Amino acid sequence: MDLHVLWFCLLGVLLMGYAILDGFDLGVGILHPLVRGDTERRLVLNSIGPLWDGNEVWLVTFGGALFAAFPDAYATVLSGFYLPVILVLLSLIGRAISIEFRSKSTSRFWRAYWDFSFFLSSLVATLVFGVALGNVVGGIELSAEGYYVGGLSGLLQPFALAVGLLAVAGAAMHGALYLQLKVEGALRLEVRRWAWVAFFVFVGLNLVVAGMALRGVPHLLLNFERWPFAWAMPVLVGLALANIPRGLVRDRPLQAFASSCASIAGLTFLAAAALYPNLVVSSSSAPSLDIWRSASSEATLRLMAIIAMIGMPLVATYTATVYWVFRGKVELDEHSY
Amino acid sequence: MDLTLVELSRAQFALTVMFHYLFPPLSIGLGLLMVVMEGLYLRTGNPQYEAMARFWTRIFAVNFAVGVASGITMEFQFGTNWATYSRFVGDVFGSALAAEGIFAFFLESGFLAVLVFGWNRVGPRMHFLSTVMVFLGSCFSAVWIVIANSWQHTPAGFRLVEHEGALRAEITDFWAMVFNPSAMHRLGHVLLGSFILGAFFVMSISAWYLLRHRHEDFARKSFVIALWVGALASWGELVSGHSQARAVAHNQPAKLAAFEGHFVTADHGTEMWLMGWPNVEEQRVEYGIAIPKMLSLLVYDDFDRPVQALDQTPPQDRPPVVVPFVSYHVMVGLGMLFIGMTSLALVLWWRGRLFSQRWLLWAFVVAVIGPYVANQTGWVAAEVGRQPWVVYGLLRTSDAVSALVPREQVLVSIIAFGLVYLALLAVWLYVVNEKIRHGPPEPRPRDGSASESLVVAAAAVGMGRGGHSYTETSADVAARSSVALSRSAREDEREEESR
Ligand code: HDD
Ligand code: HEM
Ligand code: HEM
Repeated sequence: MDLHVLWFCLLGVLLMGYAILDGFDLGVGILHPLVRGDTERRLVLNSIGPLWDGNEVWLVTFGGALFAAFPDAYATVLSGFYLPVILVLLSLIGRAISIEFRSKSTSRFWRAYWDFSFFLSSLVATLVFGVALGNVVGGIELSAEGYYVGGLSGLLQPFALAVGLLAVAGAAMHGALYLQLKVEGALRLEVRRWAWVAFFVFVGLNLVVAGMALRGVPHLLLNFERWPFAWAMPVLVGLALANIPRGLVRDRPLQAFASSCASIAGLTFLAAAALYPNLVVSSSSAPSLDIWRSASSEATLRLMAIIAMIGMPLVATYTATVYWVFRGKVELDEHSY
Repeated sequence: MDLTLVELSRAQFALTVMFHYLFPPLSIGLGLLMVVMEGLYLRTGNPQYEAMARFWTRIFAVNFAVGVASGITMEFQFGTNWATYSRFVGDVFGSALAAEGIFAFFLESGFLAVLVFGWNRVGPRMHFLSTVMVFLGSCFSAVWIVIANSWQHTPAGFRLVEHEGALRAEITDFWAMVFNPSAMHRLGHVLLGSFILGAFFVMSISAWYLLRHRHEDFARKSFVIALWVGALASWGELVSGHSQARAVAHNQPAKLAAFEGHFVTADHGTEMWLMGWPNVEEQRVEYGIAIPKMLSLLVYDDFDRPVQALDQTPPQDRPPVVVPFVSYHVMVGLGMLFIGMTSLALVLWWRGRLFSQRWLLWAFVVAVIGPYVANQTGWVAAEVGRQPWVVYGLLRTSDAVSALVPREQVLVSIIAFGLVYLALLAVWLYVVNEKIRHGPPEPRPRDGSASESLVVAAAAVGMGRGGHSYTETSADVAARSSVALSRSAREDEREEESR
């Protein structure tokens, strides 16, 4: 396989892993203010307690891999989206700290403050990730050297904003479905209601984004014309999505959560399929940044492939172990506070 | 404010990396001590060692969280503020960064969950394994990031290639890149510096408990372990620093000249300034004390061979002198102080008189600031001494910046980072202080007894399957859920609180 293609796929895998794993803990953050009662809030927070850090490493590794494999794309996107990226970084800091420090004091003000910061940072991070992805896929104004020249306002395209909202709704749904696995009793019933609402919003936004893509962003369809069998993917995503209400109605939380994972994986795949072989689509007359033009040397790609082959199985092992050790419900007694 | 884009970007990088570097050395150093303590517990079965490991783990967890949060900024900052640099070095530097993610960060974060939440969930051996893995993971991340950074100081194993209309560096020899001339020297130095910090941190808190007559058995045991680690690492740091300085003289002579305030090459052996203040206008060191010919001896083992001075470097390639000189001398001076303090304390301990020397214990309470300062000034000396190059001899810092990012945006981000980091530091101090005031948990005997029931109750109440925030332990939960605890457990808890 061409090493450039291989690295495009590996980055896709890292992004998919990040979207599925950090997706649910970002979603839990977005839903957190809906939770009433301090014990319940602790339960919800603790459901992601041991996991969020490992989930974020997927993003860190994605960043490192993008830097190494496609340095020009790394440089263009990060410097081009300067303020949004800084906003994401600050949000990720805020999240980490809110999770960590919220329960360190019993003062109501302290807790209310960190609760709010947990919510806001989760929301902002998810939204900006979505908008950034929308821009990269939908196309931005590049110069001949492949630098972004559209300025801050160039990033506020309707398509990109719609993808941002889609990301928020998807994370909220995914988070609610995850919480179904982790909490019990009345809280679980409530969480289920949120899952329903988020599900319908998410499906609606999916249709909106799909409509916008079909009508306004024709280059997204090129690959589907080239490989008609790729149309199977949206069908599969639809099936996975349809399986979520089935899981909810039959009260099979694991089934619903797994379907949600599958639909997020499918959507990431769709985005990647629409993008290929570009990494950043140009909306001007300048050429896009594709996987050949922006890549490191062949030798480095090969070397990194070896590193990935050694590393990925290890990563899969740790991830599986941690999820296994911390499986099952979170349990807090009503006397806990 | 008329700072240029380059100056602002440098200021931001310095701010964020120096803030980040407040936390990793403690994570690495404390990690080592936790491995030693838990290892001793497994060997001796003495529950005090387990209590020690649990207490330091709580502080470790808070520190680790802030280290992670501030590290993520660093990972993406090369792209946001140093886009030209990223295009230039991505081929080389990126692979080290990606290897760090795959080999180090996943290892750390995976086992961290077990380390912090797993006390009642996995057996002691598995738990010890997790501690070791977290420690190794943090060392591996130091390995990769130091390799990447060292490559900027002493590039090797690459060639320059034209790509998309600009030159860039591409790897030709991976192992030559990894073992670039300064990498292994600096790696050893950074790790030892971290161990020193971990040791002084533990000694500081233990000395404070001893002075207050609280948790005395705990504090003595912790202090002695840390003292050994601190003494060995301090002596090691001298050896490592010395070999490093010789390597700098060889690889980056202008940098060494800046460290030493050495302006004009002489025809005889070069003196070494113990202290002083370099006056760049007049090309000399003022208010100084120097040992004649000492630098020549240290660098070349020869009293009379002159060391190359700044005048051998073209003016546009010379680093600034004042900052590297001062920070380098502060670091070395502190290094000597650590050797003195730990050696003295070891001798007193040997004679059985250490813990009655209240003045020395007070000195250790304060001394923890020293390794923080030494670690920071070490980096400042190394990085400012590399200027005006970002990749030595190949790419100037002024050419490396993201030229298209508006100045105002960088200003905004500096202010935002500054405010967030200040708040973060305050919260970190507050929480660590709370943990210290709360004190260590009671040792719990290995087999059933009153305090065992405390733990079981705690596990039932709080640990559940989903766990807690990283810094919470069963004892924290138990303390809050006393209603649910059995009577005897409640007494236990009161006893713990009253200590
Ligand atoms: C000598 C050690 C050292 C040095 C010089 C640096 N770091 Fe660091 N970094 C660590 C040692 C470390 C560490 C010990 O592994 C962490 C994990 C927890 C902590 O406190 O620091 C860390 C965390 C950490 C994380 C979060 C990892 C996670 O999510 O688990 C990132 C992305 C970075 N770092 C990236 C950087 C970059 C880009 C640096 C250079 C500019 C840098 N670090 C300097
Ligand atoms: C191992 C990781 C690194 C560490 C710990 C580190 C440490 C430092 C420190 C402590 C400073 C402060 C110097 C000052 O006071 O100005 C600094 C400055 C700087 N560093 Fe690094 N650095 C690292 C990697 C890098 C990398 C990869 C770059 C590449 C862009 C870089 C570029 C700079 C720049 C441009 C400055 C500002 C220099 C100045 O103000 O003179 N550093 N770094
Ligand atoms: C005891 C005498 C010491 C000597 C002779 C010494 C020497 C040096 C030298 C020559 C450098 C620059 C290396 C380069 O630019 O490539 C350096 C850097 C550094 N030093 Fe020291 N050092 C000493 C003590 C310490 C201590 C006690 C600490 C911390 C506790 C420390 C922490 C650092 C750090 C973090 C750096 C930057 C990383 C690096 O370049 O390796 N040093 N030291």
